[in-house]
Amino acid sequence: MANSTTPLREIGTELAPAPPGHEHGTLTAWIQDLVFTVDHKKLGFLYIGMAWVFFIAGGILASLIRLQLAVPNNHVLDAETFNGAFTMHGTAMIFFFAMPMVFGLANYIVPLQIGARDMAFPRLNAFSLWTTFFGGCFLFLSYVAGPGLYGTGAAPDASWFAIAPLTSRAFSPGNNIDFWSLGILISGVGSITGGVNIMVTIFCYRCKGMTLYRMPLFTWLVLVTMFLVVMFLPPLSAAQIMLVLERFFGAKFFEAQAGGSPVLWQHFFWIFGHPEVYILVLPAFGVISEVIPVFSRKPIFGYPMMVAATVMIGFISAGVWAHHMFTIGMDSFSVTFFAFATFVIAIPTGIKIFNWLGTMYGGKLRMEIPMLFCIAFLFQFLIAGLTGIMLGCAPFDWQLNDSYFVIAHFHYVIVGGIVFAVFAGFYYWFPKATGRLLNTRLGLWHFWVFTIGFHLTFDPQHFLGFLGMPRRIYTYQEGRGWEFLNMLSTIGAITQGVGALIFIINMIWSARKGKIAGDDPWDAWTLEWTTSSPPPDYNFEEIPEVRSRRPLWDLKHPEDPDWKFE
Amino acid sequence: MTESSLFTIFVVAYLFYLGKSLNPPYPREVLEFPWLGSFFLFGSSATVVVAEHRLKKGNLGGFHLWWLITILMGFGFLIYTGAEWYHLIYHDGLTLSTNLFGSTFYSLVGLHASHVVVGLLLLTIILIASLTGNIQPRHHEHIQMISWYWHFVDGIWAVVVTVVYIIGMQS
Amino acid sequence: MLNHLHTKYSRTMRGSGRGWLLLGFTVAAFIGFLSSAPVARAQDSTIRAIQNIFDPLSAPAETIYYVSVLVMVVCAGIFVVVGGLLVYAIIRYRRRGPEDDHEEPPQVYGSAAIELAWTVPPILIVVMLVLVTARTIGEIEHHKMPDAAEEIRVIGHRYWWEVRYPKHDVVTANEIHVPLSTRTNRVPTEMILESADVIHGFWVPQLNGKTMLVPNYRNTMWIEPYATGIYLGNCTVLCGQQHANMLIRVVVDTPEVYQKWLESQKQASVSDPQVAEGQQQFISNSCGTCHHIEDARGATGVFGPDLTHFSSRATLGSGVATNDDQHLRSWLMNPQDLKPGCLMPNMQLSSKQVDSILAYLRTLK
Repeated sequence: MANSTTPLREIGTELAPAPPGHEHGTLTAWIQDLVFTVDHKKLGFLYIGMAWVFFIAGGILASLIRLQLAVPNNHVLDAETFNGAFTMHGTAMIFFFAMPMVFGLANYIVPLQIGARDMAFPRLNAFSLWTTFFGGCFLFLSYVAGPGLYGTGAAPDASWFAIAPLTSRAFSPGNNIDFWSLGILISGVGSITGGVNIMVTIFCYRCKGMTLYRMPLFTWLVLVTMFLVVMFLPPLSAAQIMLVLERFFGAKFFEAQAGGSPVLWQHFFWIFGHPEVYILVLPAFGVISEVIPVFSRKPIFGYPMMVAATVMIGFISAGVWAHHMFTIGMDSFSVTFFAFATFVIAIPTGIKIFNWLGTMYGGKLRMEIPMLFCIAFLFQFLIAGLTGIMLGCAPFDWQLNDSYFVIAHFHYVIVGGIVFAVFAGFYYWFPKATGRLLNTRLGLWHFWVFTIGFHLTFDPQHFLGFLGMPRRIYTYQEGRGWEFLNMLSTIGAITQGVGALIFIINMIWSARKGKIAGDDPWDAWTLEWTTSSPPPDYNFEEIPEVRSRRPLWDLKHPEDPDWKFE
Repeated sequence: MTESSLFTIFVVAYLFYLGKSLNPPYPREVLEFPWLGSFFLFGSSATVVVAEHRLKKGNLGGFHLWWLITILMGFGFLIYTGAEWYHLIYHDGLTLSTNLFGSTFYSLVGLHASHVVVGLLLLTIILIASLTGNIQPRHHEHIQMISWYWHFVDGIWAVVVTVVYIIGMQS
Repeated sequence: MLNHLHTKYSRTMRGSGRGWLLLGFTVAAFIGFLSSAPVARAQDSTIRAIQNIFDPLSAPAETIYYVSVLVMVVCAGIFVVVGGLLVYAIIRYRRRGPEDDHEEPPQVYGSAAIELAWTVPPILIVVMLVLVTARTIGEIEHHKMPDAAEEIRVIGHRYWWEVRYPKHDVVTANEIHVPLSTRTNRVPTEMILESADVIHGFWVPQLNGKTMLVPNYRNTMWIEPYATGIYLGNCTVLCGQQHANMLIRVVVDTPEVYQKWLESQKQASVSDPQVAEGQQQFISNSCGTCHHIEDARGATGVFGPDLTHFSSRATLGSGVATNDDQHLRSWLMNPQDLKPGCLMPNMQLSSKQVDSILAYLRTLK
């Protein structure tokens, strides 16, 4: 345990037994174990492993896109392939990287943080995972469909939100769109069942003494996230069912010729789509809310307000969807209302940023790798939020919507925010999950290369938006003023790829050769650090009983426990 | 919650497109208020409550009887719906692809009907389990979960009746 | 409104210096080509290729510009304050070294006063932003069009723009001519936006924000340009394979030049006996089933762009190539070479057929 004079890095280097289960036996036994497991930790690994695989796929697609756009009138990808590339990039990254990552982290960490032995419904958990995985495979199967690998396959090519009526049979005659709708419908079932599972676990399986107000913030944020999942994934499924009925059975939902309305598709999609981005970002907030306090050596500033702000964000996120539709020609009352709601949601979000700052103030900041990623997150998420406010101002959005400014904004949120938070979470919890610390040297390389690459990629894109470059174009003409910025962006994308590669190397290397971490390498305070690294199958020898939000702090500081002050 | 969210979207689609079909048949021409179907479905909610009571009191025979009646009434609802659809398709010429009304009507009512089918499956499994001696009075809380699902399906039917028939028949 | 026009002259002067990388290149051949038309053109051929949203040249774009600057200043201010606090915290509260480990810092759980202090300013900022936004929305969307306003209907197709002038009975494609608006003679242009197939988007940043063209749905937007020139723009909503090449060209002319252009567009297509062969080829190869040419029997199609004054346009294929003989020949041989995925199929014409049709099309000025 943290005996003050020992720097954090030294803790845990005393001889620790090899983590249990380290001997895998035969390969087939190992595979069989993974395929049939219902243990939340192994399922967490599977989710996360799946997420990284799709991340790489999405990253390759992104690199191709950036290569094509590096210079005007380029010929790396033709129009059809390009349209498929960005559609698949977006779809894969959101549904098969980000969502599984959320579920993976939640699966692994939440039971440990609430002192439970597993999820409420372990078999349903496995079902959710494999359903999601199957959906992802189905989606990528599209590349071998249609004209097959010799052609461009039949990858969906109507953008990740499948704009009607481009998606109707008349305008998309092949099966591309069907891979999209069916792949996501299938994985949607996985997501919804996973959401139910996690919610029940959090409500019913907390250990003794852990009231909702004593839960770690990561768990709180996951709870609100799962509420959003079960409420707002169904609209997507419903809309996709309608699309499938339209494409296969001639139903008339979005067809203009039958009097249908393509605008309705947009409403349905964005009613899902906006809460979806909060589904992705709230767990990221959760990670940040765990890492910053530990590395500032102070509790989170204003825990009740953080919870309140999160719940508010959850509620308001249901009411901002049409800010994606400012240019479709809504009446000015609706436009004003949604602009208003978008501005309002910035308030609880801003409060969270202030609370994180408040946590750092007066602390003793340890600039370890997790903290570095958190700091980058704070800067980048701040910028992302501010560009979001710019987009929330409807007239400004009339210029910037569907331009590269929007791409810059949401990549700042998703990459600059969520991916950075995921990295922070990895460096923080990898030692718990594997028993070994991630290598610091490689970590620093990873951090700097990826951060520089990130900024080089997306900072210029804001200006491309200012200069009138629209989204989803496979090429552009000379003389528009876009050449230099696009080239910068492409160089940045390659750099980011290198950074991500360094991370993957770090993970693989450290899993075998990393420094032994011990139970509690960071001197942290939540329940997962009370058990061994990695935890045994049953998680805890004895289910703990807690009296405050930081049970380990109470144990380590019996003279100054939290429950005296909370 | 999930299910409500799912149904809400189909309800919204139906209401949004009411009156906007470009060609007949239109709701007021072909829809008839579903008295019989509603009697079956709402009635089955009542009978399932009775069945639960019997189980709680330990009256397994009564439980079997009322549970079976519930299932039969559920089937009655499905048969009624089937007959209604048959009439709509073959006599009125209304299919999923005819017009906006057809698409939204069949998708909404169909979604509900599919939930009824799932419910009947669950009820039947419970009945078989019970007949083979696997259900005891102490399981009544688990059975309650199934009956809640059934009540939910009925609740959705109430919404469907209001939206599709009462409001819809104005157009 | 008048406020904006008051500054527009100074704006035009400053605009050319204000733009970011302003590469204006005049197309001398273009001017020469146009001067061979039956109408004398003193058109401003400045191509405004750099469409910077912060260099507005039209009234609604300028309105958006002012609110944008305000929002950006507010955001920049927030960034400086919060970013500054973050930098300060990192420097001031860093762990100095092992000597810092002997004691944990004061375990502060929170402070209601501080929470309130940092909740109120954001609320006030939001209130201000909402009011400003609402006012700007109203200013642009509820703008009263004067009677002298020009009116055009733009119908989006895959992948070209159909343009109709209801007040003048003129139909053209891809190249949109509009009159200049001045302080003394205000002539905004109202645009009705519709779509023939999927959703498209119309965006010329220096003229206004974008608006979508949605099938079965009618949108309106307006522009009021106060600088002549040729404004480039793009379709902004993915509409299929050639979405990237559905380019916009808005030509803003002084009222005199604009009138002349309208006159020339109203004239019937020329029936030159020298190109009778070409005209006949045009009809017999079914070109007329998709393309309309005024007064040419058999050319009544509405699926493709109207070609009555095709050779008066600077580009072909909605901007994918300049409208010179070399590109036109390539297009006629196989449009899929220049614009793969566009909806004009390869008509399998022989080189001779292409030559005669080309000669005919060149008379359609």
